[in-house]
Amino acid sequence: MLARRLVLYIVTAWVAITANFLLPRLMPGNPIQTLIGKITGTVTPNEIRAIRLSFGLGFHQGLIAQYFTYLTQLLHGNFGVSITLGAPVSSILRQTVPWTLGLIGLATIFSFAIGTFGGALLGWTRGSRLDALIPTATFFQAVPYFFLATVMLLLFGSDLHWFPVLGAYSQTVTPGWNFSYISSVIRYGELPLIAIVLSSLAGWMLGMRNMMITMIGEDFVLMAVAKGLPRRKVIWHAARNAILPSIANLSLAIGLVVSGALLVELVFNYPGVGDLLLQAVLNEDYPLIQGIFLVITLAVLAANFLADIVYLWLDPRTRTVAAV
Amino acid sequence: MKSLRLPRSPKVIIGLVIVGFFIIMTVIGPWLAPYNPSSTAFAPLLSPSAHHWLGTTSLGQDIFSQLLVGARATMVVALLAGLAATILSMTVGIAAGYLGGASDEGLTLLSNVFLAIPGVPLLIVIDSYLPVNSRSNFFVIGLIISLTGWAWGARVLRAQTMSLRNRDFVEAARIIGEKRGRIMFTEVAPNLLPVLASSFLFTVLYAIGAYVTLAYIGLTSTAVWNWGTMLYWAQANNAPLSGEWYWFVPPGICIALVGTGLALVNFGIDEFINPRLRAGGLTSRQRRKLGLPRRIRLGLTPVIISTSKRSAVAARAKLVSQ
Repeated sequence: MLARRLVLYIVTAWVAITANFLLPRLMPGNPIQTLIGKITGTVTPNEIRAIRLSFGLGFHQGLIAQYFTYLTQLLHGNFGVSITLGAPVSSILRQTVPWTLGLIGLATIFSFAIGTFGGALLGWTRGSRLDALIPTATFFQAVPYFFLATVMLLLFGSDLHWFPVLGAYSQTVTPGWNFSYISSVIRYGELPLIAIVLSSLAGWMLGMRNMMITMIGEDFVLMAVAKGLPRRKVIWHAARNAILPSIANLSLAIGLVVSGALLVELVFNYPGVGDLLLQAVLNEDYPLIQGIFLVITLAVLAANFLADIVYLWLDPRTRTVAAV
Repeated sequence: MKSLRLPRSPKVIIGLVIVGFFIIMTVIGPWLAPYNPSSTAFAPLLSPSAHHWLGTTSLGQDIFSQLLVGARATMVVALLAGLAATILSMTVGIAAGYLGGASDEGLTLLSNVFLAIPGVPLLIVIDSYLPVNSRSNFFVIGLIISLTGWAWGARVLRAQTMSLRNRDFVEAARIIGEKRGRIMFTEVAPNLLPVLASSFLFTVLYAIGAYVTLAYIGLTSTAVWNWGTMLYWAQANNAPLSGEWYWFVPPGICIALVGTGLALVNFGIDEFINPRLRAGGLTSRQRRKLGLPRRIRLGLTPVIISTSKRSAVAARAKLVSQ
């Protein structure tokens, strides 16, 4: 099973890379030529050469040869040069990716844990007063991440001053491994983190609730009750099985969470990939947009693969199938 | 075929009312708008008043008019995207599930690839390469959004088709010698209606989010008013930080309400497909009416067969109590 999934992710990565190569060529109006025309004179000829190379346009070649030039450049880590920032895309990404990875990674873990736990509880106590939470959860699920973030920024940041806002750390501290910097990073990360968790929580919760209700009807749960197991153990029995589809659906969810969370960065001026992407879009900085897209896609695929490994570890049935 | 009536739970009714309200707003909103949404004739940044129900923007445009006019673009693009994505996912999903073998392998791989690529970043890349005049075209935007949103539905439909493939009525159609395409679309597809409806609503929900996101980062034409463009201008003028809530809260609430409505209707469809959820979703009063125990006991989640039978069960329960 794992090998099959790995093949899928490799194919997906290849599709993303190829789309990245083909898109600028298929689009009407020849955006690359326009781009090179626009920047000639503002950047050095060397940089233009690097940009042409990263698009696979280094020499006067046919499409296939261009494609291989492009792939070779990618393998060497050459994503091109950002037009507006004048620096190689790869080095810009190296500065921004850790912020995003930390923020979105932590937020996803939190919201998955809280949402699954809450969903198991909701499913178990179905039909009770707790069901009133469902419409609320549905509402939170439907709110765009960036809108919820904006409202929280206004309420808790600029009105109530509970959290510091805008940026990833205070301007008064010096970055490095010192206590004041790290605590500042944590303080500034709190509100964006809460915003992402609140927006993504409901999805996990509702999915888990439905699975839990389906599981409770299964014979093995009845059996557990009949054996006279304490209630907590029975819930654990059902929840452990209900969680599997949740994890199996991670591939859909991670993409959505990441897409939403990128915009939260933008609202909070968080110096991550999302904020960078907006700048790139506004300035029509194509090499940067493409580089960011590739990095996001590869990160999402890696997260999916991790989820698959966890799934395999949790569900013995998949292991037997893999052994056969 | 079973009756397709949705369970009449309060959730579904509220959902239908909300969705209906916004559909009416889509149709008549632009006519109801008191002013031209782009006209800058008024004083900037007025607070809500009798003349301007939601105040004005920093350019002196009437926000209430923008909200009413913006409903149309938002909903039309979302519905177009939902429709296109449903057709795509139906074709791929049913074909994969029914044909099996190598076609299934290929089509499943295709939908899994689209499922794994993060949709919104891909949308941003495609959209940033679009010429400016296509960015205001509803069809172009709707189609691109559907391209990133069809895969989930295809997967669900494939699974459902596989469970239908060997039923007697499909077998019978095969024996009669019906063509494969005809079996897929006239025998199998109608039985997938609840799943299709659910996947359509889900895609519309996704499309609203995607369209608003594109507009919010300034990737759709600013000449077309939609709720995302409103949020874009509010953000660009720092409305959230200067406390002009009336500028960005109304479009956000509208987006969230449409989404909630769609999700609530989807709940109803889910309960229709999965009888166990149906019992779980009953309110205590309905449960009393059906003669079910007030607290559902463990391992005994009742399976409620269909809504039409419900009245019969209720009548029987009444008889017993008398």
